[in-house]
Amino acid sequence: MLSAAQLESYIKQGLPCDYIQVLGDDGTHFEAVVVSPLFTGKNMVQQHQLVYGALGDRMRAEIHALSMKTYTPDQWQALSR
Amino acid sequence: MDTQAKIKETVTTNPVVLFMKGSPKFPQCGFSNLATQILDACQAKYLAIDVLQDQAIREGIKQFASWPTIPQLYVNGEFVGGSDIMRAMYESGELQTLLNATK
Repeated sequence: MLSAAQLESYIKQGLPCDYIQVLGDDGTHFEAVVVSPLFTGKNMVQQHQLVYGALGDRMRAEIHALSMKTYTPDQWQALSR
Repeated sequence: MDTQAKIKETVTTNPVVLFMKGSPKFPQCGFSNLATQILDACQAKYLAIDVLQDQAIREGIKQFASWPTIPQLYVNGEFVGGSDIMRAMYESGELQTLLNATK
């Protein structure tokens, strides 16, 4: 069964992340918060596409549902202030 | 007409189109349910396409927007996003503005 920690490492392998948190313990439904410098200057669709891109075929085969919030490092810093 | 052309025609001839699992009355997935609730909260008129009724559309729509998941919202032929993006845009008021412009 796919764990949140595995999913987190898959995303990290394909995308440089300043911060990432993946939650979900049923093996198919996950929630992720992803902060990446590559998100800067991109819209939300493009940011989510980068995460999907990092997951590649796993998105089709293993993961039924991935809900995510994406932030640029600047947005993330403003949020955590 | 091939599937990609059919999808293109659907999203360009209807101002607001939601590709979803199930129907607005009987959504078959929590994310599709959320998408219909958001559109209803915006009092949007939209065409809902149930991808579970058509395997070619179900796979084709993922290629069409380079987006691997369903639901998918289109406004004026443009891909807007899935349910996470719809929720974020609803919370910021952006979605209401976008949808109001189609009325």
